[in-house]
This record gives sequence, structure tokens and C-alpha cells, in this order.
Amino acid sequence: MKKRFFIPRVVGRIALLIVSAIFLIPIFWMFTTSIKDMSEIMAYPPIWWPNPPKWSNYIEAVNYIPFGQYTLNTLTICAGNIIGVLLSCPLVAYSVSKVKWKGRDFLFLLILSTMLIPFPVTMVPLFVVFSKLGWINTFMPLIIPAFFGGGAFNIFLLRQFFLTIPEELSDAARIDGASELGIYVRIMLPLVKPILIVVSLFTFLGAWNDFMGPLIYLHDEAKYTLALGLQMYRGTNYVEWPLLMAATTIVVIPTIIAFYFTQNTIVESVTLTGLKG
Amino acid sequence: MKASTARKNTTKGLLFALPWIIGFLAFTAYPIVASLYYSFTEYVGIGTPKWIGSENYSALFNDELFWTSLYNTLYYTCLAVPIGFVIALGLALLLNLELKEIGFYRTLIYIPYVLPAVAVSFIWLWMLNPYFGLVNLVLDRVFGIQGPGWFSDPRWSKFSFVMLAQWGAGGSAIIFLSALKDVPRELIESAEIDGAGWWAKFRNITLPMISPVILYHLITALFGAFQIFTTAYIATNGGPANSTLFYVLYLYRNAFQYGKMGYASAMAWILFIIVLIATVIIFRTSARWVFYRGGE
Repeated sequence: MKKRFFIPRVVGRIALLIVSAIFLIPIFWMFTTSIKDMSEIMAYPPIWWPNPPKWSNYIEAVNYIPFGQYTLNTLTICAGNIIGVLLSCPLVAYSVSKVKWKGRDFLFLLILSTMLIPFPVTMVPLFVVFSKLGWINTFMPLIIPAFFGGGAFNIFLLRQFFLTIPEELSDAARIDGASELGIYVRIMLPLVKPILIVVSLFTFLGAWNDFMGPLIYLHDEAKYTLALGLQMYRGTNYVEWPLLMAATTIVVIPTIIAFYFTQNTIVESVTLTGLKG
Repeated sequence: MKASTARKNTTKGLLFALPWIIGFLAFTAYPIVASLYYSFTEYVGIGTPKWIGSENYSALFNDELFWTSLYNTLYYTCLAVPIGFVIALGLALLLNLELKEIGFYRTLIYIPYVLPAVAVSFIWLWMLNPYFGLVNLVLDRVFGIQGPGWFSDPRWSKFSFVMLAQWGAGGSAIIFLSALKDVPRELIESAEIDGAGWWAKFRNITLPMISPVILYHLITALFGAFQIFTTAYIATNGGPANSTLFYVLYLYRNAFQYGKMGYASAMAWILFIIVLIATVIIFRTSARWVFYRGGE
């Protein structure tokens, strides 16, 4: 019996170590490139760890483009999205899970089905509408939709959590004369706090990582986000690889931190969403 | 009394859902209808669209680049989706082993999935650099093979994007993993007692039990592959020789670089119809291979 488990474990461990290394190496390579000299990146054989590490690349990188401004722009968009999503998505999720009304299943199906609409289908008219509103080169097109139930997946996730809350809880409050909004704010929201954190994290990652949205709406260089700004380390026929990798490292770190601190909740939420059918 | 409570609840339900309903009408429903209308017009984005009937569509069918972009996208999708499925499921099976330090591996494998697509593109542009990229250096030093130009060689450029996409396989692997954790142990154990081997257990128990998740994965993967944009925009911008001019990239160029909003809308609708047909086909055939557990 013991032998049967031993072999897959050893083989599995070796396989996992190799696979993890493959997944990690590009990140490591990004980082060592970021502390190399231009001549060191072209060295043969490749240098794994430069001596001395050129930390000044980081200072040069943040001065090469308006890095502070782009960080602020990106964070503004992230914050706007998180606020919008937190205000609207739980409300909608509550409607399609806890309020007993005709048409709620239909509405939920409609919400899910919007996930199957390719962005290019709505892209052109949205651009036209936002330009008519004078919103091009502002953060509005990237923030305002979040306030209107942006992110069908967020609603889906929140709904699954609301469904796990026993009906008796809200029924008791209703008998005590609590209003629906009161039940929602005082009873339901506190109960789904962990998932609100996950939704905020997803929203942060989505806004921080977004490229196509800013590319379409932000043309003025002063309004760029970090994702757009990364392109500026590349000239027409020349790439500042060490600086680009230093900037990439800085842009990547918040996403790793955000993921790291909430990974257990993410794994749990995937389990709880009942994707298993 | 009952009827009025029902009406009250409907009002409540609608009120709570109101943000989404407004957003749906303004940011989804209206744009869909408008884009269908634009697809029959000549429109630069300002002024009034000029009705030209089905001219955009007939022009598209005669547009060589349209067919190139469709071919490139199908080529990419047909490789990225199956390869992505096998890799994600393989990773999930590995991560399903009962090891003390499994959380550590899980974290490492999941991390690339959360990174910004722009960062991923630049990292791989550098990794796959023909002269100084780590991949070719290793191929040369360890295997003595001269690596291809990857992104700069039309024969390899599309496949380079397939490889790049696999770096994010951890995202799907986590979803498969949660499904694997849910496969009832008794089923596996009773199969073992009956003398079933590894493959038989996998084929006859594990796969059917996780088939709903496979369905979900296939649809989202297909959807994502068909809309590949950011990595292509950054790494190759369609080149070399249009070998990575993917559908949405060409659509984007038409809309925002050539100012052909009507033409781009026609492209968007063709994409929409292709995606819908693919989804319907997958759902239809899924009845044959997706196994739903009753109840739960």
C-alpha cells in the first residue's frame, strides 16, 4: 500500500518542481534583466545575476516616463472602479438572489448572457457615445460603467454567496419590520464581507491590468495609465530592455501582492461559485 | 393581499437591480443595436452615418486582410484552446496531489495569470528575443539548437502567442483543481477495488465528474482566444507579414486608425455571429459528453 503512494509522490514532486520553475523563470528573468547593464543583457553565456546589480535602473526607469503621474492615473481608475462595483454589484446580486420577485431568474440569465458578448461589438458605439459626451481623454469611460453593475462575473460571484445565507435571517428581520434596504445594508452586506474583498481585488486587477480600454479612450499622454506607459520604453528600432524590465517589475509587483494576500479567498470562492455544476 | 405583496416584491427586485438595468440599456443593449446599424453605414465616428446597405459586408468578403485575420485567429484558436485545455488539466492533476507544500506550487503556478497582459507581452518579447532571449540561449547552450526568430519569423509567430498564452494556464488549472477536489472519493476507491488502472479511473470517473467545468472552460477559452488583442498589439502589432494580424487587431485598426467605424462594426457583427454559433455548437454537443450530477 505504502509503495503505491510513494512513487506518484516522488514523480509528482519532481514534475511540480520543474513546472513551477518554468512558470517562475520568466519573472526571475524579468527581474535580473532589470538590474543589468545594457552590455550585460547581451552577454554570452547569459548572466543569471549581475555583479554589481545596477539598482539605479529603477531610478532611471521612473524618470524615463511620467511614472508618478501614470501611477496616480491608474490608481484613480482602480479606485473609481472598486467604489462603483461595491456600490452597485451587491445590490444587483441581492435582487437576483434574495428578493422574491417574478422575472428574477430571467434577469439573472440576462446578466450571465452579457458575458458572451464580445467587447468589439459594443466598442464602436460606446466610443461614439463617450466622445459625444466629451469623455474622451478623461477617466469617465473607464470608471462610470462600474457604477452600473459593471462586471457580470462579480454579480454572479456575489449571488452565489447570498444564496448560502439562510432565508430565515432576512425573514425574521422582515417580520420585525425592517425595510428591504435595511436588511441589505445591516444584515446581508456584513455577511458577505469576505467576498466583497475578493470582488474588490478582481476589480483592482481588472482596472490595473486593462490595456484596450485606456488605449481607446486615453490619447493625451498626460492621461496615460501604467499599462499604456510601458510602451514608451520602446523606440522605433530600439528597446531600453533593462529600463523596460525595471518598469515592468514595478507594475507587476502590486498584482502579485494583491493576489498573495487574498489567494486563499480566491480559491475558496472558485470552489463556492459552484462552477462544478 | 397576495397580489399586492407580489407587486411590491417586483418593485423591490427591480429597484435593487436598477443600476444594472440602466447600465445594460446604456452600455450593452443600445451599443449592440447601434453597432448593427453602423455596420450598414459609412461612418467616421462624427457627423451622421451614411446608409450604404450591405456594402461593408460585401467589401469585407473581398478584403484579403479580413480573410488573413480570420485565418490567423482560427489557426491560433485551434492550437491555443486544445493545448491550453491539456496543460491546465495536467497542472490541476499535479496540484491535486496530497503534498505538504502543495500550496506553494499552487501559488507559483497561479501568479502569471494575474499579471497585466502588457507586462506578460513584454516579458515574453524579451524571453523570446532571437539573440538575447533566455529561450534561445538555453536552446543553444543546453541542446545546441539554434532557436527560431519566434515573433519575427512568420512560421513561428502565431505559435509564439500560443506558448505565451500557456503561461496563464494557472487560472484555468485552479478551476479544474476545485472540480477535481469535488470528485467523490468513494467512486475512485470502489473503482480501485474493482482493479481499475490509472487511465481507466481518469477516463471513466474523473473526466465525466468534471465535465461541466470542462464545458465552462471550453467556452471561456474559445471566447478569449477569438478575441486575442493586447499581447498581439504589443509583441508584434500584426507582423511579420501580417502573420499575427488577428481579427480584433484588424478590427481595432479599422475603427480607430482608419476611421472606418461602419466597416469595423460589420466585422464586429461577423465576430459576434461566429462566437454565437460556436457556443451553440458546444452546448448542443455537450449533452453527449457533459455529465450532470443530479441534485447536490
